[in-house]
Amino acid sequence: MSAVVKPCLDIRSLSAVLPNGQRVLRSVSLSVQPGEVRALVGESGAGKTMIGKAVLGVLPTSVRIVEGDMLLEGEDLGRLQPKARRTLIGARTALIPQDPLTALNPSRRIGPQMTDRLVRILGWSGQRAETRIRQLLDEVQIRDPDRVTKSYPHELSGGMRQRVLIAAAFAAEPRLIVADEPTTALDVTVQKQILRLIAQLQREHGTAILFVTHDLGVVAKISQKVSVLYAGKVVEEAETADLFAAPQHPYTRALMAATPRYTDPFASLKPVDEAVLAGLAAEIAAADQAWRRPHG
Amino acid sequence: MAEPLFSVRGLKVALPDMTRKPLIGRAPMADILKGLDFDLPRGSVTGIVGESGSGKSTLGRALVRLLEPSAGSIVFDGRDITHLPEAKLRPLRRNLQMIFQDPMSSLNPRRTIFSIIAAPLRQNGLGDNLKARVAEALQRVGLPQSFASRYRHELSGGQRQRVGIARALALAPKFVLADEIVSGLDVSTQAQILTLLERLAAEMGLTIAFISHDLSVIRRLCRQVIVMREGAIVEASATDALFDNPQQAYTRDLLAAIPLPEIDADWLLPAAKAPT
Repeated sequence: MSAVVKPCLDIRSLSAVLPNGQRVLRSVSLSVQPGEVRALVGESGAGKTMIGKAVLGVLPTSVRIVEGDMLLEGEDLGRLQPKARRTLIGARTALIPQDPLTALNPSRRIGPQMTDRLVRILGWSGQRAETRIRQLLDEVQIRDPDRVTKSYPHELSGGMRQRVLIAAAFAAEPRLIVADEPTTALDVTVQKQILRLIAQLQREHGTAILFVTHDLGVVAKISQKVSVLYAGKVVEEAETADLFAAPQHPYTRALMAATPRYTDPFASLKPVDEAVLAGLAAEIAAADQAWRRPHG
Repeated sequence: MAEPLFSVRGLKVALPDMTRKPLIGRAPMADILKGLDFDLPRGSVTGIVGESGSGKSTLGRALVRLLEPSAGSIVFDGRDITHLPEAKLRPLRRNLQMIFQDPMSSLNPRRTIFSIIAAPLRQNGLGDNLKARVAEALQRVGLPQSFASRYRHELSGGQRQRVGIARALALAPKFVLADEIVSGLDVSTQAQILTLLERLAAEMGLTIAFISHDLSVIRRLCRQVIVMREGAIVEASATDALFDNPQQAYTRDLLAAIPLPEIDADWLLPAAKAPT
């Protein structure tokens, strides 16, 4: 059964390099099934945001994809003309960014910023877009949509701004949402509300989510599948429940032991063992060497 | 020893409320801290926890007298410092040290690590034998001596925070304010910095106010905890008592909101309305 379901997103052996030839993504493979949440977890520099940007076609110009395929609902993004690719990505994906304040234009009211995308990219009528936005604001439990759509971003709290961006992301019924650390800037109590909201909308709309985070706690709560990244390489990939039951890679185990847990203060917050880092460095070096041979 | 290092009574801090500033003229003052009473016992780490806007950083800044209270009193080491002018504070400053959240912006980019750590020593009349003192400070935080000639941009985030700690501890201060010092770090680095601070606090018998939004970190490091919300103390008690038996609904909400790294299918379900 699951074999015949076409993945919503299928990344195969994706490598990207900087101008100096250094690989920043190292043969990354992962897939997101329809309606599934896959977490990408790793520390800074692991390449988790880079993968999200590659999918959305917004990599910095200095990063060049040198190998691999990205299939969005079976369509090979690499084979499309740039315009067709942008249209496809615009219609089928959306982003929930980390920092809602920088993602919103500070000098425009919320309402038009939300409808813009629907009208300009998807060609909806203004009225249809507005109706849809109101519906979504209701779904993200914003009680006074009139006030919110007329507000400027700075007039809303951090939690409210993130609700607005979640509503905007789901508005066009994308097949895939890239959520890039969407709760990192929020207080814990607000984070819990926002995670609950994302999970609920994701279930109701059947949207697939690529959920980028550095927090294994968030991974445990929100995702069904998880890829653990280090230095642009997937070091472990598993069902989330299996990963927490029996982490396989030494780095995954080290990350778990380093993550603070108030329920078990002295078994957590363990510094990562030097041997683990040395092992990772060797693993990366070996992978790079094997990769360079056929690639000159 | 029984006398606390800090004794704070009825502490209020008022700051200009810029959201209500008229176009012309002064902003009205708003109470950020609304009358706090607590002691900081000597030789132990006290956690101050709260969400953004709770006033925890303002409290820290008042303790080291970067802010002057508008009411109440702060007694430090037996001396009332509530309204001391800067000239009289200066000799006390060596005992009121700080470690900052962002070591990138709190280290001077144009100075070597040596000169960054040496600066407070020079200012406090410990300019003799600087080389040895800086060497000791570096060694204390586990940085190689070769780092003395480097600049901040040559260091990783964790190494920079070690420099911040070395600078604060170089003077062997009676009090250290640590404001969100690990919140910008990766978990693996965070664990290193916390174990370092934990060891140094025990070895040097430091009195630390450890400000953080992360209750998991607080539980590990602190002997007692002050929970703040909207400029007031919600709950203050010994760490184990607070975590094992929180008295206030707000403390329980904060704990329940932490996503622990373990599978819990019910965590995201809407909370059943508590009967209160």
